[in-house]
Amino acid sequence: MLLFSLRRLNLLLFTILLLTLLSFSLSYLFPGDPLINITGRVLATPEQLEVLRQQYAFDQSVIEQYWSYLVHIANGDLGVSMSSHIAISTEVLSVMPATIELTITALIIAMFFGVPIGFIAAIKHKKTTDNIILAVAMLGYSIPVFWLGLLAILVFSIQLGWLPSAGQISLLYEIKYVTGIQLFDIMLSDSEYKWQAFQDASSHIILPACVIALAPATIFVRIARTAMMEVLESSYIRAANSKGLTFKQIIYRHAIRNASVKVVRHIGLQFANLVTIAMVTEMIFNWPGIGRWLIESIYQRDYTAIQGGLLILSSFIFIVHIITDFIYAALNPIARDTHYGS
Amino acid sequence: MKSDGDKVRKYLQYGLTGIAMVMGLSACGDNNDLSLSQNSIVYCSEGSPESFNPQTITSGTTIDATTNQLYDRLISFNPNDNSIAPGIAKSWHVTRDGKMITFYLRKDVHFHQTEYFTPTRTLNADDVIFSFNRILDTEHFYYPVSGGQYPFFQSVEFDQVVEQIEKINDYTIRFKLNHSDSSFLSNLATDFAVILSKEYAQKLALENHKRNIDIYPIGTGPYKLKEYHAGSLIRFYPHDKYWQGQVAIKQLIFDITPSNTGRLTKLLTNECDVIAYPIAHKKIGERSDLILEAETSFNIGYLGFNTQKPPFDNVLVRKAVAHAINKQAILDAVYFGQADIAKSIIPKASWAYDDSISDQEYSIPWAKSLLVQAGYKNGFTMDIWAMPVQRAYNPNALTMAKLIQVDLQKIGITANIVSYEWATFLRRVAQGEHQSVLLGWSADHPDPDNFFTPLLSCSSTITGSNRAFWCNQKFDELIQAALATNNINQRKKYYAKALAIVAEEVPLFPIAHSKRYQARNNRVKGKILNSFGGINFSKVSKK
Repeated sequence: MLLFSLRRLNLLLFTILLLTLLSFSLSYLFPGDPLINITGRVLATPEQLEVLRQQYAFDQSVIEQYWSYLVHIANGDLGVSMSSHIAISTEVLSVMPATIELTITALIIAMFFGVPIGFIAAIKHKKTTDNIILAVAMLGYSIPVFWLGLLAILVFSIQLGWLPSAGQISLLYEIKYVTGIQLFDIMLSDSEYKWQAFQDASSHIILPACVIALAPATIFVRIARTAMMEVLESSYIRAANSKGLTFKQIIYRHAIRNASVKVVRHIGLQFANLVTIAMVTEMIFNWPGIGRWLIESIYQRDYTAIQGGLLILSSFIFIVHIITDFIYAALNPIARDTHYGS
Repeated sequence: MKSDGDKVRKYLQYGLTGIAMVMGLSACGDNNDLSLSQNSIVYCSEGSPESFNPQTITSGTTIDATTNQLYDRLISFNPNDNSIAPGIAKSWHVTRDGKMITFYLRKDVHFHQTEYFTPTRTLNADDVIFSFNRILDTEHFYYPVSGGQYPFFQSVEFDQVVEQIEKINDYTIRFKLNHSDSSFLSNLATDFAVILSKEYAQKLALENHKRNIDIYPIGTGPYKLKEYHAGSLIRFYPHDKYWQGQVAIKQLIFDITPSNTGRLTKLLTNECDVIAYPIAHKKIGERSDLILEAETSFNIGYLGFNTQKPPFDNVLVRKAVAHAINKQAILDAVYFGQADIAKSIIPKASWAYDDSISDQEYSIPWAKSLLVQAGYKNGFTMDIWAMPVQRAYNPNALTMAKLIQVDLQKIGITANIVSYEWATFLRRVAQGEHQSVLLGWSADHPDPDNFFTPLLSCSSTITGSNRAFWCNQKFDELIQAALATNNINQRKKYYAKALAIVAEEVPLFPIAHSKRYQARNNRVKGKILNSFGGINFSKVSKK
């Protein structure tokens, strides 16, 4: 386990170093003065720029510049946004929780529907049910998310009027920012309209979360189906069968539990996919998360924000991967012997 | 002991019940929701304000978010007939020579009490004098705050007009003018001439936060600012001591939604009660719970002829072109029917509008005969300069130019369409390089002088806003005479004569007065959109 941990941490370190290198080189690749790109201080006076030049070692070689950039990152300083002039780290911290709230809700929805449906498909292997599930899963996986999002707004918001089309909560409710995760913040607030606000916020999250959940859910269907089929063909199931256990007993007592372990691993791997889909969805549903923030930074040519945002987002996804790897390894001793990270 | 199968089934049951509960809750949300949303109005606006002080800006988006919501003016425009109505000044008196104007202030005007300021006194003459001296006096301690730019007041040369502002007593002030100016009262009634709190300004100066006066506003208007997040929302609370009585709602929210389709969606899903500049008018019309409103704005879109250059130095040619253009077709294709036909430069809502002036009739034979009279039997080739940007008074100049091109072809005139990048375009047009140009004008206040002087006076041929380069002594005398008197009937007569000259000389071909649109849910009552100036939420209520 120690070797495994070291190997993973090593991987983490080098990947993040590479990411910072990429992010640093972006300030040279973007148009404009690299020093302004890296700091975002578009309003700085010549004197202030001179101070910054020294701080970022821009009067020295590129290697030293990169090193001082790393030192700034290590201190949590990613520069300021070119458009709002607020520190990038502050901005990211204020939008990140909304994305986490949305993706986790979507992940729960995807698992809740995807995994059981996959199990059913495996149990009904090569029957009509299996075929229908596979066909629908394929269809669901191929639908582009921006189209699905617009369609969902058209049907559920405009035609049926069931769910709101934009935002995290109706602007009428004043919820104080504590954790940034809206549903928690509502619970913590002392607003007299707390309960209404909670309902309003949950109705706001349903549509975007379901849109994000569709693609991962279809993947879960296929993973769960394969896992269950493998388990059902294994010798201990056959043994249980020959001992005379009923089909129900075999499925509920042995098959589901063993198949579930195999699914867990893939949940972490789906996270990167989920965040990508969430970025587009946030734009469509006007969700105040990091995806929308990043895309708007691109519109505004806010290079410092693009740089910092990409660095934080990719590191975040990578860290989640490593954590799920650890969890999986803790659950499943065989995985610890795998030599190469996947 | 229960079997695992039972357990799984149990979990499934719990899960499903949970989902059913959340669904149920959001479905029945409508009933409980009434208390808050019934008392609040969400307005979907098209952009973020640049400042919270209308003195320092000219943008319509900022005016909409500030003037009528946060502030009051000495006097204002009556929304029904655009005459001047009392505001903070309950009455006023103009001396016979028009050079001294005395305002008598109300004594019951309270400033906002907010988290950042608690007023200790009501409004008095000091506040009014402070507000105007900030603009007029370059030595004033607040003049340079926020860049020292007061674009509206600078454009009307306010400092040239006002000699001095005097405090007679706590509730009486007197403006001394250098010369009589009948548009002076109109200038004071514009959305820009708001009254700030001197007490607040002094407090900020002590704290060395002078800039905050334009960021955290304190006014006397029907609403006070609660919070503002750029690009996201503005939250207003009612001003409980508003001198016209507290408003009927508990919250006013500006939901900043720059996307046209985003605003439409929010209107259709009832997330917004009122939206600015709606698209898809037909779709809104189909819904029985939505209302589409239109108000003719004080603007004019026109085709200007360069009267200094051949062939348009000949009035017959100008008339021929005017008769050859199908105005109705332009209104349908470019404004989608969302505008009024312009017969003169003055819109119908203005008191200077003259019914007796008729439209140039669309008639090809007539145009042809005029062209023959002018000596262009075989037509000629000309340029039409089309502005490259979209404006309320001309949503698509290029399409308009193409329509005119086709119309002119019928009388043998070949027109080439010319367009440059906006800044270059304006510079070249100001230099008179064009033969004819599609442009427009939005008035700053309803006084008709704001159309006559900038568009067609001799002096504005030099400053560059008279793009026809048309200078007529008789016309100039008439509009000067109209400015020198305060008698409205007298002014009307002068302006009617001036309009008759314009109709005879055709220095420009008026096309349309476009409308401003707004859509709302029918639960929202009360007038919001006025034919002039920013929107006003002081009279709204919700059913």
